[in-house]
Amino acid sequence: MLQIPLWKRVLIWGVVLIGLSYALPNAFYSRVETHNDAAALVEAGAAETGEIAADLGQWPAFLPSSLVNLGLDLRGGAHLLAEVQVADVYADRMDAFWPEVRDALRDARDTVGTIRRQDSPPDQLRVRISNPEEITRAVAIVRGLAQPIVSFTGVGQDDIEVSFEGADLIIELSEAEKQATDDRTLQQSLEIIRRRVDEAGTREPTIQRQGEDRVLIQVPGIASASELKELIGQTARLTFNPVVSRTSDPDAPPGPRNIVLPSIDEPNTYYVLEQTPVVSGDQLTDAQPSFDQNGRPAVNFRFNPTGARLFGDYTAENIGSPFAIVLDNEVISAPVIQSHIPGGSGIITGNFSVEESTQLAVLLRAGALPAEMIFLEERTIGPELGQDSIEAGALACLVALGAVLVFMMLSYGLFGVFANIALLLNIALIFGVLSLIGATLTLPGIAGIVLTIGMAVDANVLVFERIREELKTARGPARAIELGYEKALSAIVDANTTTFIVAAILFTLGAGPVRGFAVTLGIGIVTSVFTAIFVTRLLIVLWFERRRPKQIEV
Amino acid sequence: MRLKLVPSETNWDFFKYVRLTLGASAVAMVASLVLWLSVGLNFGIDFLGGTTIRTESAQVVDVAAYRAAVEPLGLGDISITEVFDPTFGPERNVAMLRIQAQEGQESVPPETILAIEEALRTVDPEMTFPSVESVGPKVSGELILTAMLAVGASMVAILFYIWLRFEWQFSIGAIAALVHDVVLTIGIFSLLQIRFDLATIAALLTIIGYSINDTVVIFDRLRENLIKYKKKPLRDVMNLSVNETLSRTVMTSGTTLLALLALLALGGDVIRGFVFAIFWGIIVGTYSSVFVAKNIVLLLGVNREPKDPEKGNQFAGIDA
Repeated sequence: MLQIPLWKRVLIWGVVLIGLSYALPNAFYSRVETHNDAAALVEAGAAETGEIAADLGQWPAFLPSSLVNLGLDLRGGAHLLAEVQVADVYADRMDAFWPEVRDALRDARDTVGTIRRQDSPPDQLRVRISNPEEITRAVAIVRGLAQPIVSFTGVGQDDIEVSFEGADLIIELSEAEKQATDDRTLQQSLEIIRRRVDEAGTREPTIQRQGEDRVLIQVPGIASASELKELIGQTARLTFNPVVSRTSDPDAPPGPRNIVLPSIDEPNTYYVLEQTPVVSGDQLTDAQPSFDQNGRPAVNFRFNPTGARLFGDYTAENIGSPFAIVLDNEVISAPVIQSHIPGGSGIITGNFSVEESTQLAVLLRAGALPAEMIFLEERTIGPELGQDSIEAGALACLVALGAVLVFMMLSYGLFGVFANIALLLNIALIFGVLSLIGATLTLPGIAGIVLTIGMAVDANVLVFERIREELKTARGPARAIELGYEKALSAIVDANTTTFIVAAILFTLGAGPVRGFAVTLGIGIVTSVFTAIFVTRLLIVLWFERRRPKQIEV
Repeated sequence: MRLKLVPSETNWDFFKYVRLTLGASAVAMVASLVLWLSVGLNFGIDFLGGTTIRTESAQVVDVAAYRAAVEPLGLGDISITEVFDPTFGPERNVAMLRIQAQEGQESVPPETILAIEEALRTVDPEMTFPSVESVGPKVSGELILTAMLAVGASMVAILFYIWLRFEWQFSIGAIAALVHDVVLTIGIFSLLQIRFDLATIAALLTIIGYSINDTVVIFDRLRENLIKYKKKPLRDVMNLSVNETLSRTVMTSGTTLLALLALLALGGDVIRGFVFAIFWGIIVGTYSSVFVAKNIVLLLGVNREPKDPEKGNQFAGIDA
């Protein structure tokens, strides 16, 4: 046991060195951060100005430069948990499906008679035919429109389900299609939130899907959760709808397939609009803040070819009629169409401030959220509070470390010193691993490290106590050390495995603080077992080989 | 010259007061349960939903003035507590406001929070709000559920692992000790009305991890000694095992407590509840691994029939 082969020694020191080199950048946090920001700029294609070069020079390129991410509780920022109203999308799907159904049934007008869309819950399409006896024929026609689903879970299923009730056809999305739609909605929401947050230019935002219909958004450095909500909470769904009439009564009956929407800047003015838009913001390719001919802030936009054609055709046919620009169910403005607009570009004017027009352009460029979001949880942590916590945590860690070091040395003498070296390496290794895997250090995570400091000595204590016992039977120090390690091993393994199980469960089930704690605890267990079993032993062996003591005191 | 917390050779009888210790544990557990059911836990917004606002002011916190300022907003039950911390200077006066979850709202609208902040600024125009947190009722319900699930799953996993590595009696003993620790920790939280939130659950799970660590070390030695001293009565082997590992138990708990003490005193008020839970749990956990876990094993008895040497590995002797 006291002979450690050379390759093992090399391996142990190698792991320690790699760990240390990954931990090192954290000791120069702000310098490395400046370097990394500059490197990111260069990667994004920025020209290498003197300033950037100077920033790059803050940290040598050959050294690892990943840092431990500081959690929101340490750095300050905003945290939001949003639920995406995935069911909103079903209504749009049904609306979009209506023309197809109409055309298919119109072709069979001789048998099924005339057709009319009925009011229905938003996730259903209800169509009444005038020849009720031919309902099964109508059902067959609509079923013919169904598409097979292309997804792993929905293989062999169609996207719609068609049933009937008297003379009414009822068309709904199938369960499998709903699931696939939900999934797409969420992916799309994530993408759009990411784009909006990126436009705001913050560092290292976390945007994650959580469960079936939730999104977790954490943005360090932002002043408040409400600010973040303003940015990402707006659906930014832009549509252009034909205007039926203007009214001052919000409860005016709009008529079938029409809606009443308020005007954004004229109080007590409501517009009755056709529910189905002519064109929507999905067809936009670009939006930029600009000014109209009167010098007021406005937003310029450009459609893709499909949008341009729809927009062109409609404006050509409806010269002289008002046309509403609707953003998130409010009418921004309703100009009268002056002439045919063929090019696919236009301008939105309204009572904007420069700021508003800039934000609207950002939102339109990033795209509309496919569905509304409800915020279930929001947290703002001020940067000062975070700074206080770091300072308090760091001080506590140092004091804890100092106390443990002294305590170990008093208790075990030279062997205590070996254990202390291993403990210091252990802490460095924890930081190294945290940086390497890009984990986030939180306040409970610091507590986890402090706890590891306490527990890391446990493995050494187990071994040393065992060596003490073996020394009593007096078979020479070498044998005692050997037996000490041998016999303590099963206790070390069992004790740490159980704790590791707890850490793993915490990590899988936990959220937020629980998870941060589990990460450092889990890493701490692995590194402490490594340092206690391998590093301390290697140190003892090295010392033993040099000194060859006749007797030892532990 | 060595610091020795425990004499190098001890021969204490840990079962001398077995009735007393088990009785004390039982009484403490019942007391904790009674406290839990009667007084209840001081749940944070993680579990109840609602909003907390941390205020910081150069002026001394006047809870009555704060209350008078926010009362007109009609937000229902508002609790205001002043936060004391030895690390605060005299110009740092911190309070926590907790506003209950509002009827029919998933989260608090920004206007409400602004209104509260405006109202509080009438007390001190210079007041700052270093943190504002809101949790909707939907999420809070789920958080309770996952937290309970985490505690339960950990226990089951540990039960299973120990059963595999030792014998079922040890599993029962270890779990009894864990339940003991968790219940006693919940008890002290009810008694002192320390805020119970997600971080506390993390602490509870740490306690479980630590306590089991401690228990396993003693069990490990017990297993070894059971093979070594085949004829010795179980009780004596147990006493021997605890005595042999006592120095280690005290050393490890000592260093861990030392580290936590530093965090408790200097770590700031934000994590104090969390650290306190772990601190307490380590005391209780150390006690329970010496006085609860193995006492249960003694009561259950261990199958000490000589094992077939061919199959004499750690998986032998599982008589379930």
